[in-house]
Amino acid sequence: MARLALLALAWSCLARAADFTQVQLILTASCVACHHGAKGSGGLALDSAQAIAQGGQSGPVIKSGDAANSPLYQRIVSADKAVRMPLGGTALSEDSVALVRAWIEGGAPGLPSASARTGKHWAYIPPVRPAVPAVHNQAWVRNPIDAFILARLEKEGLQPSPEASRETLIRRVSLDLIGIPPTPKETDDFLNDTHPDAYERLVERLLASPHYGERWARPWLDLARYADTNGWEKDDRRSIWKYRDWVIDALNRDLPFDEFTIEQLAGDLLPHATTEQRIATGFNRNTLFNEEGGVDKDEEFWVNLVDRVNTTTTAWLGSTIGCSQCHNHKFDPFTQKEYYQLMAFFSNSDYKEKDYGDTSHKYVEPLLSLPTPEQAVRRDELQSKIDLLETKLKTQTPRLDAEQRHWEARMRAQEASWKALEISSARSLAGTKLERQADGSWLASGENPATDTYVLEVRAAHPEKLSAIRIEALPDSRLPRGGPGRDAYGNFSLTKVRVEAVSSGQAEPVAIAQAKSDNGRMKSKKEKPDAPVWEVDASREDKRVARRLVLTLGKRLDHSADTLRITLVHGSEFSGQGMGRFRLSATSGRTPVDSLQVPAELRPVFEMKPEARSAKQASDLSKAFRKVAPSLNASRADLERLQDELDSLGIVTTLVMGDRATNEQLSAKMRIRGSFLSPGETVYAGTPAALNAWPEGLPKNRLGLAKWMVSRDNPLTSRVAVNRFWEQYFGHGIVETSEDFGKQGDRPTHPELLDWLAVEFMDRGWSQKAIHRLIVTSATYRQDSRVTPELEQRDPYNRLLARGPRFTVEAEMVRDIVLSASGLLSLKIGGPSVFPYQPGGVWDMPYNDDKWTMSKGEDRYRRGLYTFMRRTAPFPSMSVFDAPSRETCTVRRLRTDTPLQALTTLNDPVFVEAAGALAKRVIDEAGPAPENRAALAFRLCTGRKPKPNELTAIVQNYESQREGFERHPERAAKVAGAGAKDADMAAWIMVSNAILNLDETVTKE
Amino acid sequence: MENPQSERLLDITRRHFFGRAGFGIGSLALSSLLDQRLFGEQSRPLAPKKPPLGAKAKSVIYLFMAGAPSQLDLFDYKPKLNQYDGQPVPAELVKGERFAFIQGTPLLLGSPHRFSQHGQSGAEISHLLPHFSEIVDETAIVKSMWTTQFNHAPAQIYMSTGHQIVGRPSFGSWATYGLGSENQDLPGFVVLLSGQSQPDGGKSCWGSGFLPTSYQGVEFRRSGDPVLFLSNPEGVDPAARRSSLDLIRNLNEAHAAEIGDPEITTRINSYEMAYRMQTSVPDLMDVSKEPEYIHSLYGTTPGQNTFANNCLMARRLVERGVRFVQLFHRGWDTHGSSGGDDIVNRLSELCRATDQAAAALVKDLKQRGLLDSTLVVWGGEFGRTPMNEARSGSKFLGRDHHPRAFTMWVAGGGIRPGVTVGRTDDIGYNIVEDAVSVHDLHATLLNRLGFDHTRLTYRFQGRDFRLTDVEGELMKKVLV
Repeated sequence: MARLALLALAWSCLARAADFTQVQLILTASCVACHHGAKGSGGLALDSAQAIAQGGQSGPVIKSGDAANSPLYQRIVSADKAVRMPLGGTALSEDSVALVRAWIEGGAPGLPSASARTGKHWAYIPPVRPAVPAVHNQAWVRNPIDAFILARLEKEGLQPSPEASRETLIRRVSLDLIGIPPTPKETDDFLNDTHPDAYERLVERLLASPHYGERWARPWLDLARYADTNGWEKDDRRSIWKYRDWVIDALNRDLPFDEFTIEQLAGDLLPHATTEQRIATGFNRNTLFNEEGGVDKDEEFWVNLVDRVNTTTTAWLGSTIGCSQCHNHKFDPFTQKEYYQLMAFFSNSDYKEKDYGDTSHKYVEPLLSLPTPEQAVRRDELQSKIDLLETKLKTQTPRLDAEQRHWEARMRAQEASWKALEISSARSLAGTKLERQADGSWLASGENPATDTYVLEVRAAHPEKLSAIRIEALPDSRLPRGGPGRDAYGNFSLTKVRVEAVSSGQAEPVAIAQAKSDNGRMKSKKEKPDAPVWEVDASREDKRVARRLVLTLGKRLDHSADTLRITLVHGSEFSGQGMGRFRLSATSGRTPVDSLQVPAELRPVFEMKPEARSAKQASDLSKAFRKVAPSLNASRADLERLQDELDSLGIVTTLVMGDRATNEQLSAKMRIRGSFLSPGETVYAGTPAALNAWPEGLPKNRLGLAKWMVSRDNPLTSRVAVNRFWEQYFGHGIVETSEDFGKQGDRPTHPELLDWLAVEFMDRGWSQKAIHRLIVTSATYRQDSRVTPELEQRDPYNRLLARGPRFTVEAEMVRDIVLSASGLLSLKIGGPSVFPYQPGGVWDMPYNDDKWTMSKGEDRYRRGLYTFMRRTAPFPSMSVFDAPSRETCTVRRLRTDTPLQALTTLNDPVFVEAAGALAKRVIDEAGPAPENRAALAFRLCTGRKPKPNELTAIVQNYESQREGFERHPERAAKVAGAGAKDADMAAWIMVSNAILNLDETVTKE
Repeated sequence: MENPQSERLLDITRRHFFGRAGFGIGSLALSSLLDQRLFGEQSRPLAPKKPPLGAKAKSVIYLFMAGAPSQLDLFDYKPKLNQYDGQPVPAELVKGERFAFIQGTPLLLGSPHRFSQHGQSGAEISHLLPHFSEIVDETAIVKSMWTTQFNHAPAQIYMSTGHQIVGRPSFGSWATYGLGSENQDLPGFVVLLSGQSQPDGGKSCWGSGFLPTSYQGVEFRRSGDPVLFLSNPEGVDPAARRSSLDLIRNLNEAHAAEIGDPEITTRINSYEMAYRMQTSVPDLMDVSKEPEYIHSLYGTTPGQNTFANNCLMARRLVERGVRFVQLFHRGWDTHGSSGGDDIVNRLSELCRATDQAAAALVKDLKQRGLLDSTLVVWGGEFGRTPMNEARSGSKFLGRDHHPRAFTMWVAGGGIRPGVTVGRTDDIGYNIVEDAVSVHDLHATLLNRLGFDHTRLTYRFQGRDFRLTDVEGELMKKVLV
């Protein structure tokens, strides 16, 4: 619907030449019935200038200046009835045909010209500065923005609104430029400023404020998906707040947008990159990081590259190039190959492999340490010791060789101590067929029941007292996918094991002290008491090896029993996960668990003669040995201690980008259907052909990419940026889908204005402040926001801007306004993220026991953007006001209005505390008269003085609240805290709470 | 034309309206308050309204299985598909077809799950759904659903709003717009989430589009307290709270009259609703009084964020007169690209998490006599292919997105129980009988709520919009 309305608007907007209007009347009467909207016949829509210019499936339909070769004309004049348009309808009158012809011959005025020539989507044609339109009411125009807006309004027969009052204006522009409402004094100064340029001077003051950077960092941080944790299941903390502070600072010093771009995308690659420039590259380190055990390190790294391509192209190009990860873009001219060419720019990251213990490794990208000088000294000392130890632990010496030979001998003796247990009877309780194999192992076949229990009996007497029993799970080609389990994937799950000693039919349970397997920890199950004893996930080929489980017995088993009964219970919630092939053995050795020291994957290597092992095999085995080598125990302990000390030095770090040195062209593998697991052709770094050409001489790396983004002929970057500015001011962009400038996105309501602003932005040296200044000093921006019934009917979303903007402020600003009105707000800029009050239970995560510990002092009252952002558990009072979780790049926030927001601002202890502070403030500052107190409270919240009727209502409410509290002093004491004037204080707190909850308080008007 | 927006609420006089304020409006700008907008629809947007046709049902519980459950492993039994397991799919079927992930000629995939017949209707249901099998005679199973969308977010938005692009009102918004709510102390449209995060379509799945935001779904929190900050600060009794809310409302109304922005009226309503929720929600959430047999019927454990708890909550909401309750359980996207998203393990896991409670909901509504007046709807946003996706040679079994045919079930008020509508071909690829579009489904459900879907409209920018756009046929076979 919004779309239809927009098309209608775009139509009248572009109907500049009178003859185009006539042509449109003809098209509407005869053609639009079939040729309209996205599903127009032949892919052709004739219901807007843009659509006409774009053409249909067979290309453009208008060849400007050449009617005879314009398909549209050809079809309306064709003599062939099967071709002539309208198909099956009455032919156009001669007059109409002549008019269409004349219009095309005359250059088809009214169509976007480049589009008409090339058939290219408007957004891929670089903006050219359009002429500023002439308007009747020239007196209203303060700068060219107004001419574009007014030209359209005049066309629609609408009048702009009068200028807003000064009280309204200073609050509006303060919220827009610094995100904090004006103080009463600032408002008074402005009201009393008699300079003709009082408003412009106010704007300059605000643009120079250090809080300007804070306010404008917020939308940028949504794009950058900035947060303080890694995301995913574990969602551990990370340190990257220096990047957030860099954004604030860069905006404050009005770092030109081209440099702003280059430093964030490639600051590390600049010659002699400064620390600040390296910090800026945190933009693309705000990717999530999945530390779960089972995650493949290569795939995880690749997922980050995907996010970098998608975020970078959304933030700068307003494009959904991300769609081409899996297939060529279905609507926009981006191919899958181009997607991976973009990815290639990010593919050369300088990462280190980090061992996460158990069996998992991750790639860790660069971290910039920002130590104090003292910290640097201590860090260097520790680091050199750590380096030495790490080298020692990595280095196989002749001594270790000797020790390893000894260890291998010991392991062989260990192996020899295990004696096969001959199973004399094996039966399944659910019908599985169990058969003995030649090597003494047993194979399961036949019916595969959902759950099953194998009962194994060993009758042969064993010579010594047993200390442990071992179960081996063996792969077998007869099992699904080679086993060792029986489910569709070859997995099994042993949920319980029982050992019993049976004498003359009497079964005596044998306690199992420990059950330990050689397939690493089962991470997700480890804390559950009812976790299965042993599960093998054989779904990856390299995991499909013989594995073992050692059951250490609670006490040694003597030979008094005649039978040993071992019961294997397969009770998994997943169906059919029985063991497929298994073997039993037992030992009387003292250290049975040592049988697991050789990793399962390396067992075949271990069993080879040393001289038969390849170099890689030998080195893998030595590596495994060093992890258990007794002579290295002390070094391993030292390393751990030194690491702990290093970690506890408290050096500030931040995540940055870094590339490896290379002389090769950067490349990436295409991924068939966008799947990491199916690599395709290798492609080299490059940019989409539909956009600007790669400038000569730029390096094909991130630095080149950044410069390409901000090159003069990039058709998107400038438009996308100015559109986002516009969106912040007016509640919607000139292109409403600010995240998608492609064919599926909305068309601009004011295309010429968009282009004019885009060109102006570049011409003014990419100064963001210059564009902000231009917008806020326009007459368009300065209009009153009153909604007349006529405007509500004709333009309910205010797309034509016949009035000023009016909408609820964003989540962070709700907090800032309330804290500011109450006088609690800390104006401290930057620093680590803070922990204001948050209700209990919000941080309740499955794999993380991190706690929200409330900050002390002024850090409890910092601006919203400094609140610690945990991706999986966002700050509730902000998410209720539509703040995103920062897991992905967010261009536009939704704006909702729900009772949950009302409950938050009424009852959240933060807001209640603010009401208390506001009450105290008005009592302290406004003198004893209730009228004065009420007026000050109202003004602090809404920015204006109350009208007499409003003042009366507030004072009456105060009086009735006070009477209530006087009747119930115990309640007053709870609200106000102990004190002589409880009832009075409590009443003012209630009044303050109410005023803080007014629509006007949380609205930019 | 029935346009409830144009109906005036005759029971509300100006005096009555201000009588509730408990605080004289005194010197407030009385004359400007005569603005119709303040006394019309927007002042009591959720006041119950009588639908134009005889209503068979008055509330809806919609169990949205986000991610798209595999109909071929749950409801649409295809012995032939099992027989052809591992064979290439007939080329003519997939010629020119777009899939989300499959390329080339994929292989057919029989269901690894067993089916058997249940109830008097003899419906063939997968063993993954033992509890649903017990309620087949209460439900109408629609095996011939189809949609135009084959990616999650647009398909969920299409299923939720009748249009694939965000910005249209959701089904729940239309229903509350048309019918108001029988409970003025709770939102008319409540959304409860479980499973992996929120659905791909996000909040737009329960947005109100161009309808007033009073009709948007109100999302209860997924963990911890469902609604935070319900209690007044210590020492603030209901009278004191009411008094300050009166001040807020009076000042907001005066400002609305002056500024004319209808958003202010929405905020006034939000505050009034918030006040009423302060008493209604604790009572709603207190499941401790539910008897043990109810907990064991649903499989609920108080305090957990599970689909089961949400089902029980849905019943409690409907019992209290809430018009529309929508549950989203995300996670059904079983491509088989890994062990975590296959139709062997993952699908079983999802069924275990949802089957018992969904069936319990129907049983419980029935035993309380509420099933006759409640529509229960179960389904995802599209179906899954009869072919194994085998993405990148994955060894896990899974199915790709399939918009051409999928299964949903509906039960309750005015729905013929124990019927099966529609049929797909031998391998479940195409519909061969009684195709049901998303608009048809919406038209049918609106009909049961008492609306001719072509007449429940809202005029916006010169055009009358409706949930079913310009389409929608009733599914006659499910109507009682």
